[in-house]
Amino acid sequence: MPRYSVSIHVVPRKGLLDPQGKAVADALHALGFGAVKDARIGRHIVIDVEGDSPDAARAHARAMCEKLLANPVTEDFEIAAVAGG
Amino acid sequence: MALTFGIVTFPGSNCDIDAYHAVVDALGERAVTLWHADHDLQGADVVILPGGFSYGDALRAGAIARFSPIMREVVAHAERGAPVMGFCNGFQVLCEAHLLPGALMRNAESKFICDWVHLRVEGTNAPIFLSGYAPGQVLRIPIAHGEGRYVADEATLDALEAEGRVAFRYVDAAGAATPAANCNGASRNIAGVTNAAGNVLGMMPHPERAVEGLLGSTDGLPLFQSLLARVGA
Repeated sequence: MPRYSVSIHVVPRKGLLDPQGKAVADALHALGFGAVKDARIGRHIVIDVEGDSPDAARAHARAMCEKLLANPVTEDFEIAAVAGG
Repeated sequence: MALTFGIVTFPGSNCDIDAYHAVVDALGERAVTLWHADHDLQGADVVILPGGFSYGDALRAGAIARFSPIMREVVAHAERGAPVMGFCNGFQVLCEAHLLPGALMRNAESKFICDWVHLRVEGTNAPIFLSGYAPGQVLRIPIAHGEGRYVADEATLDALEAEGRVAFRYVDAAGAATPAANCNGASRNIAGVTNAAGNVLGMMPHPERAVEGLLGSTDGLPLFQSLLARVGA
């Protein structure tokens, strides 16, 4: 069965206070990056998964996000890329 | 007849012995220790999910513990209407398991806070846990957490308040829910909530660490005594 590398981004939902993101944004401002308007810190998860097709791997990853990888109350997820096969 | 408390230990729990001490030594009831991989509650009448860092807080606090084998039994216990309490990490696990609404996020100030706080007793839908307190009573209970900021969407928060499900709020010594008293930046100063049926309680503070004078407060003890009056009867 083909194997795929699925890249998943999980980030705190916009509008919810993200203290890590705020600290980083403040630090960037202090370093002169005044153009920064907001920063949010999340996770980049890479899952190595078997599947029939890239679409199947993506569907798998989506189910994982809904069940475990992202908290539906506070986080949004995005399946950023599916590579391999 | 003695009440049996089942205290769950996940890998990384560190307040399970505190809970055992509160139940056995301070309250004088029976406790059984339940390992996360167990499949039965050994006859426990009340389940306690203790504080700590289950599974090292991997992914999110409580996210992995929620899928422990024992949690299937805990959910079934809760669905039968039997009492379940989660303190600190236990609260996080209960939210992740959807036994309670909302979630716990990193403290607003980003720092881990280990301190004494004041709580106001507000819940009206869960006398099983709260009947030992006077409505509006102000308690002194310790906290120790880095991810205790309670969040939920506005509709959920409104429903919690309307249904008397905000069990405790962070307040100042005079009992006022001020921004300064909101130690972790929780939505509406919320420190603990109950489920709709009133048999599941989650709270970030540690009542099990406030059960005898030597510990600095006995304000946590009525929480356990309430159960004796209601469940034991």
